[in-house]
Amino acid sequence: MARPAGDINAGSMADIAFLLLIFFLVTTTMDVETGIQRRLPPMPDENQQAEVEQINKRNIMVVLINKNDRLFAGGQEMHITMLKDKVKEFITNPANLPDLPEKRENDIEGFGPVMVSRAVVSLQNDRGTSYNAYIQVQNELVKAFNELRDEFSMQHFGKKYDSVDEDQQRIVREAIPLNLSEREPREVTTRRR
Amino acid sequence: MATFKTKTDKGLKPLNTASLPDIVFMLLFFFMISTSFRQTERVVSVKLPEATEVAKLDRKDLASYINIGTPIPAYQGQFGTDARIQLNDSFSTIDDIRDFIAASRESMSEADRPLMTVALKVDENVRMGIVTDVKQELRRCSALKIMYSTRRKAETNSF
Repeated sequence: MARPAGDINAGSMADIAFLLLIFFLVTTTMDVETGIQRRLPPMPDENQQAEVEQINKRNIMVVLINKNDRLFAGGQEMHITMLKDKVKEFITNPANLPDLPEKRENDIEGFGPVMVSRAVVSLQNDRGTSYNAYIQVQNELVKAFNELRDEFSMQHFGKKYDSVDEDQQRIVREAIPLNLSEREPREVTTRRR
Repeated sequence: MATFKTKTDKGLKPLNTASLPDIVFMLLFFFMISTSFRQTERVVSVKLPEATEVAKLDRKDLASYINIGTPIPAYQGQFGTDARIQLNDSFSTIDDIRDFIAASRESMSEADRPLMTVALKVDENVRMGIVTDVKQELRRCSALKIMYSTRRKAETNSF
């Protein structure tokens, strides 16, 4: 039986939609995951003795955080704000001092010979170091490398590292390698439960 | 005394709100699509440290999370206030990490497995000892791609 369909009153539609909208507004979390990305070194093979690459003493900078969150870098105690400049100076060795890292000429594909610093920054920490201090130091070290890459990129490509294309990024990465090693923790066998 | 002209004087027509539901629906769909419900329940409280040199995690679906922090007050009677590891939604020990990593690998497609990232969500007051243990265990499981989850901070320095 066909009856002429009357208009449905849609006046309350907006109210219902609003209600749902507010529900989703409240429950939504739109946080993007951010963090410092790192690659762990693979576990050395137990059967086969890994050949230890001898690194010249002048090429290593030891950054140490002790259990009271005090920072020692390159043999002296310092505040975290000084660390970045110290590391940058260490890596670049602007005056070619004999006690700072040596550089070796490296032929980068698609760019040409570049003097690449052989510096290695070695980060060591104690079991009692607070995670916050550790992250702050990691952050400063990454910042030092990032700034050097930006400077190199600015100088040769006229743009910052983030905005040059992929091939140029590879060149910059090879010119300023991120040589950050984390010292194998000593008391690793005595695990705490 | 001057009199104010009221709106009713001019006989203004009521605003046409017929398109209001459409606008609201559009917003609703936007939020419905962008919402992701929290999958796991936190049993440890984590206040992430701040850092400036952060990178975005580009494939959220390839991340597995390890939370480390003090148990939330409801569990403190049972587990104490010492830092604990949380995998999925229960307290775990170092030895459970191997199974956890294997299970997350299993749930990914073959091509995505090398891209798996382990995001470490560690409270800023936790001592490094437990973090080091976790990192060593991850190395043993060859889950080498890790990310220290941090909050983004403005460009200021403080310890």
